[in-house]
Amino acid sequence: MTTAVFFGCTFIAFGPAAALFLFTIARDPLRVIFLIAGAFFWLVSLLLSSLVWFIAVQASNKESASQQKGLLVFGVVLSVLLQEVFRFAYYKLLKKANQGLLALSQEDTMPISVRQLAYVSGLGFGFMSGSFSVVNILADSLGPGTVGIHGDSQHYFISSAFMTMAIILLHMFWGVVFFEACEKQKWLSVAVVVGSHLFVSCMTFLNPQYEGSLIPAYLVTLLMGGWAFFCAGGSLRNLKLCLTCKDKDFLLANHRSR
Amino acid sequence: MADEYHQNNVSSEDTETHCRPAEPGGAAVHVQGDTELNGQPPSTRVIQAEDDDDEELTLKYGAKHVIMLFVPVTLCMVVVVATIKSVSFYTQNDGQQLIYTPFREDTETVGQRALNSILNAAIMISVIVVMTLILVLLYKYRCYKVIHGWLFISSLLLLFFFSFIYLGEVFKTYNVAMDYLTLAVIIWNFGVVGMICIHWKGPLRLQQAYLIMISALMALVFIKYLPEWTAWLILAVISVYDLLAVLCPKGPLRILVETAQERDEPIFPALIYSSTMVWLVGMADGRENRKNKSSEPESPAVPDQQAEDDGGFTTSWVGQQQHQLGNLQSTEDTRREIQGMPSARPSANPSDDEERGVKLGLGDFIFYSMLVGKASAAASGDWNTTLACFVAILIGLCLTLLLLAIFKKALPALPISITFGLVFYFATDNLVRPFMDQLAVHQFYI
Repeated sequence: MTTAVFFGCTFIAFGPAAALFLFTIARDPLRVIFLIAGAFFWLVSLLLSSLVWFIAVQASNKESASQQKGLLVFGVVLSVLLQEVFRFAYYKLLKKANQGLLALSQEDTMPISVRQLAYVSGLGFGFMSGSFSVVNILADSLGPGTVGIHGDSQHYFISSAFMTMAIILLHMFWGVVFFEACEKQKWLSVAVVVGSHLFVSCMTFLNPQYEGSLIPAYLVTLLMGGWAFFCAGGSLRNLKLCLTCKDKDFLLANHRSR
Repeated sequence: MADEYHQNNVSSEDTETHCRPAEPGGAAVHVQGDTELNGQPPSTRVIQAEDDDDEELTLKYGAKHVIMLFVPVTLCMVVVVATIKSVSFYTQNDGQQLIYTPFREDTETVGQRALNSILNAAIMISVIVVMTLILVLLYKYRCYKVIHGWLFISSLLLLFFFSFIYLGEVFKTYNVAMDYLTLAVIIWNFGVVGMICIHWKGPLRLQQAYLIMISALMALVFIKYLPEWTAWLILAVISVYDLLAVLCPKGPLRILVETAQERDEPIFPALIYSSTMVWLVGMADGRENRKNKSSEPESPAVPDQQAEDDGGFTTSWVGQQQHQLGNLQSTEDTRREIQGMPSARPSANPSDDEERGVKLGLGDFIFYSMLVGKASAAASGDWNTTLACFVAILIGLCLTLLLLAIFKKALPALPISITFGLVFYFATDNLVRPFMDQLAVHQFYI
């Protein structure tokens, strides 16, 4: 409830994502556009799932708290599934667009590769998802109030911030893995992505027992991060070369001087 | 004195709304500089044909132009949202309304309110239509001085009077004590530099900044003085009007464009946001003789100067040109290119694309910002709605530019963005907000 809390939580939640955006996406206009389009697709999926939830709530018994909670759980699951459906839809749209561009252009190479698109669209999904989850909370943290005055958890803000960071990174990793799996027709991988998304969301039902939700979320984030790294063509050798700035292939391929 | 204020408001409204119909269409970014419409000699089409070869470059530069529009639109929206959220003046209902919207919305029944807002919107739109027609007539009968003077007065009002009010309200919000003398000096400098930058010459970034600021100011005025339902209705109707005015054969904007083409006159960029002209700095040598008006290579606002000599094209006119024809500015460039010296530029295309800036009518800025501002003001303090509208408008703009690149025809920029914006506003406010609120209460994450 102070500016320190506000800035701290904002930087925790959006720090990595903002850094990724600034260093890898902001310079390339094409990537920015695909990022915003990804955010738009996520938004549409949220809209649809909210619509369904809203209709269900209107049709239900508003007094019964357990029924409302049940509907909310249903809403969460539906939303997760719809998000993945829209991720697939975005993938299809990008493939079509790429094909169209290739057909039109005389060049062999596309201006943006599918892997870059996967990364950018995942980050777009992540940005939107994270923003929608946490922006209102951040705005409230600037105002007056006491956290957990009715006996709720004291760590509401900071746990929200950490959860948001995890979600944003997860969306990015899911995007990479998902697109790669779709490219290679590995439907099992797709199922694993959807399953892990459901898992992370369902673990948040355990909130405010943050051990039950944050720790699994971060474990899944690390796992997905590693998987995405290997999907995107990384390897331990690559990593070592990259970190010591000795990867000549990479430097050459990116027209960069040593 | 409320009356005086309204009077001033009216006249500035006049000019502004006058310009707006002129430029409600907004961006017509023609990536390839394919503005064959501006009375270019047919030989230019040959050059354009070569563009088909580098679709990839086109895509990249198309994307660059889209970003060149995204950034100012985003900035304008950020300014408007920041003001709305912090300065309460613009969300207070003082009971004052514009002279164009005489019917009040604080009626007893919903039906009466709906009727009043429909009438308000109808009056406002007819005022806009009438002013567009007057503009067309003035332009047709070459009353450039009148148009020029009208625009001058309107930007004068915006830069001095509205910014004075804005500054006053900001000071009130943050409880800053300020004496009139300092205030006078600040406003005087701000206004005079603004007039110079916008109507004459000035650094490109400064000119862009001023245009963004006056668009934001105008949007804030609309947000304050238009009642709720009227504002949404006006947004909806004006995008329909824009669509009709630009695409119908008898539309005023189309007539304006065709007249301009017949006369083969250059544009007056006073009320158009432009992102180019920086290239002139480097290109000055080869082009100086051709550009009889621009004598200083370091002046980024050369077209301004040109326009001055050409009798002052109304910004609205420019606006139209922009929407319909796309880079009229770059048209000149390409014209110079062609008429000039291919030898000096062996690889015309890439540099061409880069140097072709992009222009967007200020009316578009104003309406986009008005939508987002209204969303942040009215959506019960919810930031999600603002974000959703923001993304929707950007995507609408992107789609408009994409359609433009595909159809290579004049297209209005308001309809798609405003439609998306409105849909997402109402959907997010009514459907998504309760859902997200419930999720936040239980700390569920989706």
